[in-house]
Amino acid sequence: MSEETGGNAINPNTMSIIVTKGSLDWAYPPFILSTTAAAMGLDVTMFFTFYGLPLLLKKLDLNVTPLGNAAMKMPMMGKHMVMPNIVAAIPGVDAMATKMMKNMIKNKGVASIDELRDLAVEADVRLIGCQMTMDLFEYKHEDMIDGIEIGGAATYIEVATQSHINLFI
Amino acid sequence: MADKVLDAKGLNCPLPILKAKKALKEVPDGGTLEILATDPGAVADFQAFCRTTGNELVEHSEEGGVYKFLLRKT
Repeated sequence: MSEETGGNAINPNTMSIIVTKGSLDWAYPPFILSTTAAAMGLDVTMFFTFYGLPLLLKKLDLNVTPLGNAAMKMPMMGKHMVMPNIVAAIPGVDAMATKMMKNMIKNKGVASIDELRDLAVEADVRLIGCQMTMDLFEYKHEDMIDGIEIGGAATYIEVATQSHINLFI
Repeated sequence: MADKVLDAKGLNCPLPILKAKKALKEVPDGGTLEILATDPGAVADFQAFCRTTGNELVEHSEEGGVYKFLLRKT
């Protein structure tokens, strides 16, 4: 038997993204790419697992930490500063870094994650929350935004077999 | 004179593209959308957007840090 081709060719305008990180900084790439792909006419699916899952919560509480992040160089007084780990570990420093990042986001005309997520929903991006992660970290379906699906690895793999572009972020 | 004008000045990637996509919905087929933006990345992005979606980038220009794009909806 020869493999079926042609009739089963994958639509090039399809994309899936596995979203595994939920910090303020890492929330951006998946939402920027999904909303832009949708605007360019692609069918997009996002699968939220592990620390990416809280990005589907109704109330987002996103934070960023400079701890252990050697590449996080914040613009400060005309220079770029890396915070030493011993300073980053002090209580309150994460909150300060988060506040700084949110101010920068606002001042530079960068969309908020709330805004990008609303645009993704509006553009009919398919959003799937990982059931196992919900069990593991004790999240309830009713804590999540409306219109999402819940599924597991097989649900994602089925999507991936039908998507031309598959990203893991 | 374009059928619709979108002021995306001060907005950063990917908002000019996302707002342009929305604004195009209000433009008739064959009609034009003028976009004003200050994001330098929008120059490459609107070209890529048009190549992928089939809309025509009729012209683009820059004056005093403001980029102007004219798209024809196809």
